[in-house]
Amino acid sequence: MKNEKKKILFGEFVTGAALTRALEMGPEAVVTEVKASNLRGRGGAGFPTGLKWELTAKQESDEKFVICNADEGEPGTFKDRLLLMEQPEKVLEGMAIAGVAIGAKQGFIYLRGEYVYLKKELEEAISSMEDRGFLGSRINGGDFSFSVEIRLGAGAYVCGEEFALISSMNGYRGEPRNKPPYPSEAGYRDKPTVVNNVETLCYIPYIVTKGAQWFKEHGTRASTGTKLFSVSGDVKHPGVYELELGITVNQLLAEVGGEGAKSVQVGGASGLNVAEKDFDQPICFEGLPPGGSIIVFGHQRDMLHVLKNFMEFFVEESCGQCTPCREGNYRLLEGVRMLEKGECSVRYLKELEALCDVMKDSSKCGLGQTSPNAFLSIVENFKTEILYR
Amino acid sequence: MTAGIRAATDELQDVLRKFGKNRTDLLPILVEINRYFGHIDSNSIIEVSRYTGVPIGEIHGVITFYSFLGQKKRGRFVIRLCRTISCDMAGKDQIVRVLEKELGICFGETTDDGMFSLEYTNCIGMCNNPPAMLINDKAYGGLTPERVVEILDSFKLSEYQDMFGYGGVE
Repeated sequence: MKNEKKKILFGEFVTGAALTRALEMGPEAVVTEVKASNLRGRGGAGFPTGLKWELTAKQESDEKFVICNADEGEPGTFKDRLLLMEQPEKVLEGMAIAGVAIGAKQGFIYLRGEYVYLKKELEEAISSMEDRGFLGSRINGGDFSFSVEIRLGAGAYVCGEEFALISSMNGYRGEPRNKPPYPSEAGYRDKPTVVNNVETLCYIPYIVTKGAQWFKEHGTRASTGTKLFSVSGDVKHPGVYELELGITVNQLLAEVGGEGAKSVQVGGASGLNVAEKDFDQPICFEGLPPGGSIIVFGHQRDMLHVLKNFMEFFVEESCGQCTPCREGNYRLLEGVRMLEKGECSVRYLKELEALCDVMKDSSKCGLGQTSPNAFLSIVENFKTEILYR
Repeated sequence: MTAGIRAATDELQDVLRKFGKNRTDLLPILVEINRYFGHIDSNSIIEVSRYTGVPIGEIHGVITFYSFLGQKKRGRFVIRLCRTISCDMAGKDQIVRVLEKELGICFGETTDDGMFSLEYTNCIGMCNNPPAMLINDKAYGGLTPERVVEILDSFKLSEYQDMFGYGGVE
């Protein structure tokens, strides 16, 4: 952690205290508290966590599952790697509390294949918590049991999408599918399942012990709490920063030593490119996408080169299942190559922009719905730089 | 030759025995075979199909979906260089040249002695310390030409010796 002000996630933490408190409160009170905190998913999509839990808790089933989504693949994010390395017990405790809330006995960490080196330490953290009675059977001597297993991914960005992740864990190709049914109804092995991001789960112990009201003192009205930002690119101090939601791009740049930037990619490749004129915009659910990835571009950077890198990424990572995403991203990349050669007319660029709208409307999952963002925003911000070169 | 195949099959059975036979065990099984043997050959696919009851075609479909699983034999050490934007801006292209020159192969190829494969990969979450690469299970950040050569040498020296009992380097 680079910033001195340790706000929430890197503050004081005693393993087991929040779980004990959650068991005293009971499932309904835990769900109510998390709902009241307005905590929204920190993986990028921002679905309200409490609502997700409530929907899953309501389902009647002999088995339910908690999955920690550690398939952190968005270009420019590495905050979950840091949490899993430095605070595995907090993640695990968050999972156990989710188990209390929805009535699950089994949790999984879906760890991306690129992070396989974290597996051993995570397994050690699991067994250490089992030894101390915070995981395993009859936690705190009561009736609640909860165990955690690690499942490895194998190099597929799309598996960070909730249902692609579940398909992958179910032993199929990691392809998203149409919803409903949502994972809260039919997830892992077709049982009700909650899928939460690593960072989301880390806020849970604090909300349980300190209360929703305390949590809401951070951030804005619609975006409560803090957020981890993974900062990279042309900055003096790259790293992970915990900052209040609602922070402006300018404030963030000042914090990380990125003043004088040409533009900032907020929310990763699937987020938005923000040019200097918009640096006063806030990063939060009602503003710029708070996915957590901040890539800073200095004035020496060729934005068309940046865009090409993003489009190559999406062409490679599209699962290819639905046409708008498979063909759309390919056409956008082709357009970038034409722009490179100075062969793309203004008229054709307009057609590509229309294609972006089609992709946003008709793609099956978040990948195809958000991949045009980079194209649209970079073209909008730097039209004169990239046309007819 | 026959003995070799049987030995490989025995090893494969040992790997399989560690897992359950449900559909949900398929990915963990494939990940483990890929890790253990370096790739998943057609014999393994048949055995996995027998073990789990999942049709061969579907197993093939799952393997081809994931970039870390492969049916082609890769080198003992798979080098995956990140090509996503933060690493790209931090001098990835130079690292490409170092790796290709030092190993004498292009990206997508494996050295003749079967030791190293060169591949690109997308963001590996090392953006705060770019450019970065994975070698098998380990991540290396802050790469410079000198550091890359040092890393490669350390593999050549120690791992060659460990594996084959070489007394020295060629």
